[in-house]
Order: sequence, then C-alpha cells, then structure tokens
Amino acid sequence: MIEIRWHGRGGQGAVTATQLLAKACVKEGMYAQAFAMFGPERRGSPVVAFTRIDKEPIDVRSNIYEPDIVVVFDTLLMQSVDVKAGLKPGGTIIFNTQSSPKELEKDFPGFKIGAVNATEIALNRLGVPITNTVMLGALVKTTRIVDLENIEDVVLERFNVKNVEAVKEAFDKTLVLEG
Amino acid sequence: MKTVEPILLSGNLAEAYAIKQLDVDVVAAYPITPQTTIIEKISEYVADGELDANFMLVESEHSAISSCLSAASAGARVFTSTSSQGLLLMHEILFITSALRLPVVMAVANRSVSAPINIWCDHGDIMPQRDVGWIQLFAESAQEAYDKLIQAYRIAEDPEVRLPVMVNTDGIILSHTYEPVFLLEDSEVASFVPWKLYPLRLDPENPLTMGAFGYPEYYFETRYQSAKALEDSINTISEVDEKFGEISGRKYGTVSPFRCEDADVILISMGSISETIRATVRKLREKGEKVGMISLKLFRPFPFKEMISLVQDVKAVGVVDRAFSPGAAVGPVFNDITSALYLSKMSVPCVNFFAGLGGRDVRMAEVEDMFEKLKEVANTGVVKEHRYYVGLRG
Repeated sequence: MIEIRWHGRGGQGAVTATQLLAKACVKEGMYAQAFAMFGPERRGSPVVAFTRIDKEPIDVRSNIYEPDIVVVFDTLLMQSVDVKAGLKPGGTIIFNTQSSPKELEKDFPGFKIGAVNATEIALNRLGVPITNTVMLGALVKTTRIVDLENIEDVVLERFNVKNVEAVKEAFDKTLVLEG
Repeated sequence: MKTVEPILLSGNLAEAYAIKQLDVDVVAAYPITPQTTIIEKISEYVADGELDANFMLVESEHSAISSCLSAASAGARVFTSTSSQGLLLMHEILFITSALRLPVVMAVANRSVSAPINIWCDHGDIMPQRDVGWIQLFAESAQEAYDKLIQAYRIAEDPEVRLPVMVNTDGIILSHTYEPVFLLEDSEVASFVPWKLYPLRLDPENPLTMGAFGYPEYYFETRYQSAKALEDSINTISEVDEKFGEISGRKYGTVSPFRCEDADVILISMGSISETIRATVRKLREKGEKVGMISLKLFRPFPFKEMISLVQDVKAVGVVDRAFSPGAAVGPVFNDITSALYLSKMSVPCVNFFAGLGGRDVRMAEVEDMFEKLKEVANTGVVKEHRYYVGLRG
C-alpha cells in the first residue's frame, strides 16, 4: 500500500489533486481512496488531504499518519506545519519551490526529494496560481506511481488541454534527488 | 459478476447515481453537511433532464420528510436525505411514515449532533431514531452505499414489508471519500426494482383514509402490527440481499463476520469503523492471534439470531459504540448485543468501547488496544471495566 499526504492551502486544489491521482490509479486497475481532513474551509488556510493506493481492496478508514509520500503545495506552510511528520524513512517529499532539491536536502536528509517551481508554471500556463495539476506532473516524475498518460487523461477529462500542458511541463522540469 | 470498469465516486455521488437509476418520482430535501452533495447532484440530474422527478427544495427537514410521506401516500417513489440536526428535526414524522407503512427511502450521512457544533461522523443522529419503526441499514464503503440504496427500494416496496428504509453511511468518512465503485446498468436496476403502482394509496377515484384516529381499542393492535412487520422484514431483507448478489456478485448479509471461526475474542461494530477493524484483524491474524470481528449491517430490525450464532464459542466480546446513550449504563449497540446474549442464555463477558465521536479518528493501533483489553478479559474471565472511552483525554 502506498499512502500519500498532501499539504496545500484552501483554493490550490489539493483535494482535487487527490481525486485525479486516485482516478488515474483506478484506470490502471489499482484500488484507491482519496479523502481530506474537512473543516470549515477558508481560502488560503492550510489543507491536508490524502490518497491511499493499493493493488488489493483497501479497508483502512483512518487518516494517514506515516505516509510514503508527502506533497507540499506551498513551502510557506512549513512555518506552521511539520510537513515531514511521520514520513517513512527513505520516503519521498515533493515541493512547489524555487529551490533545488540539493538546497532542500539539509532540512530533509534521507528522503527522496522532488522540486519544481509549480507556481511559475501555473501562472504561465493557466494564468492563476492554482498548482494542483502541475504538482501531479511533479509527483509522477518523482515517483512514477502511475503512467503520465493516465494523469494527462484524467486532467483532460476534468479540466482542459492547458492543464495537460502544465502537467507535462512540470514532469519535464521537476528535479529529483534520490535519498 | 459484472466485469465493467469501476468509476471513482464519493459515497454521496454513488448514492445520487443510484437514485437516478432508480428513477424516483419525488425528491424532497433540505441541505445539510455532509449530506448536501447527494441532493446537489440529484438536482443537477433533474435540471439536465437525466432524471424525470419532482425535485422539491423545501424549507426544512420536517417539510422534506412530510413531503415524502405525502407523495408516497399517493403512490410515488420518493427519496430524501439528511444528517445530524436535520434527522432530529424529522423525528416526529419518522414514526408516522413507518406506522402508515409507506416505502420512503432516506440516505443518512451520519454526523454528530450539537452541541458543540461539529460536522463530522458519529452515530449520535441515528441512535435517537432507533424506535421510529424504520428499517436501518449500515454501509461500510461507497460501493455498499450504492448497493444498499438499490436494495432499500426493493425491500421497502415489497408488499410483505411496506416499511420505510434508512441507508446509513458515515458522514465525511464515506460521504466524501472518493473510491472505485462498480455500477449496474440502468436496465439491471430497473428490472431489480420495477416500479409498480401500489393499490392502497390516496386516490380520489377510490377514496380511503390514512392516519386515522386510533382509540385505545385499536391503537395497541395497530402499533403491534407495525412492530411485527419490522421484525418480520428481516426475511425479505436477506432475500433481497441474496437476489442482489445474483445480479451484482456482491452481497453483504445482515451481519458480516470476518475470521470468527476459531476466534477467542471478537469486536462488533457498525459502519466505516468496521473496515479499520477488519484490517486490524488481518494484521493480528498474521501474527497468529485468534481475533475476529463482526460488522453489523442491519441495525433495525436487529439480527438477533444471526448475531448469536457467531459468538457461540467466544471468550470475550467487544462492542464499539459511536454514540452515547447518556444516563444508560452502556451504549446503544452494546445494549442490543447483550440483550441478544441474555435471551439466548449466553453469558459471554462483554466490554463496551466508545470510539470515534465527532469524527475523532480511530486508528489501527487503537483497535489493537481494544483487542488487548479483550484478550485480558478472555484470559482472566473477569471484566474489570465494562466501558472504555477510546482516546478520551482526561
């Protein structure tokens, strides 16, 4: 089983990203759960969402405390949230950042790191700083958890070709540092 | 067995899709979290012409259930859905719906009750509805919510039953989690639950009275008939589940045991928490521990016989309650289980675990702790504490 925790802010589309990833996994014959810690959502406030993926039917219904993968939509969140809390040793963490994985390594030693300037790609491609589809591209590049084509398909079903281009650009530009 | 690909849906969207396929005539509802996305989606289906129904967005849940009651009296297939305070506001009409033997079907996305205000899952809303005379089914997944809603109409409309049915799905945990769901074809749903005009309905051409005055000479007998109908409905509920299995490859039972065959200790639970318990049993079994679990799929009528047959040789039973029954010595589900044991002259030591209130997450580690406590009871034969509050801070 692979467990993913997503850290975003209300309005960045983290919850939608969990669903798109789950949809792509189901397309590949896997089982998946996409869910979030719902609360009184406010635009800009921290959001935590989850995806659970397995080859077998999934029957755990609790939140995820020891993820294999963490996705961070906004590094400023790290001022108030411990994004690597519970992340398994040797796990993977993916950032929307202007920094390189090498620069992040000192704060996240022992983890596989993916880094992409998702905000820039989103602003160029979509005209808005909504980074969920971009971060899906970065996730696939870093983890190869699903085929890029399947992510492109589900993004196209939900959004439009501009988002698909954003996914592809993120895939190309994401830098990965093995832990 | 269906071989089509599953679709990624939330519990709520799976239920809305079932309602479209069931071709209901009247939907009356009032929005409340976490139920809202069910009726939002249904209103889209109606607006887009995908469902030919009269969609009534009424001013309160009291009006929603009253509208459903009225439309069902005239022979319509009806649907409503609510949660928490909304279900409490429906309370008085729920008794009338069952006593008039109207096949109203309702999806409940189970949520805590105020105060404090809280939008997350527990069974505090459903427990005050124990005695309203409705059939009450519980689902553990989006798939089961979809399946149970289809079953619910066939059960409710069966001429032997003619009772309202609630399909309970844990709010947020199931209502808002997206997961793969296998859907039936529209034609399969239509032939599984064919629409029939019920003869005993309000019809100006053939007048009859519903909801008449009941003098002491008749009230007792009338209520007895309703109660008896609810008890007897268990046969139809099981048959419908079997028939549903034939077309879908999925059946659930009134109680769903897992690894109980040689278990020393067993946990009994309702709703989504059963999934986490099942995963924990699988883990502990790999370590060689003789643990098992039973998911209670039918709360009313309570499946006494089915439950008892599963705990014959067990050394300790734990019962998880996701709601309080304030002032009672035990929780509501524990009360039913221990009544069943008493009536069968069984004296298995039982422990009541209160867990998951107001959306408090229940982790596998906490389920393991529950099993540890049960093993201690099994080993010593002594129940030191009959109530535990899982994760409660002091």
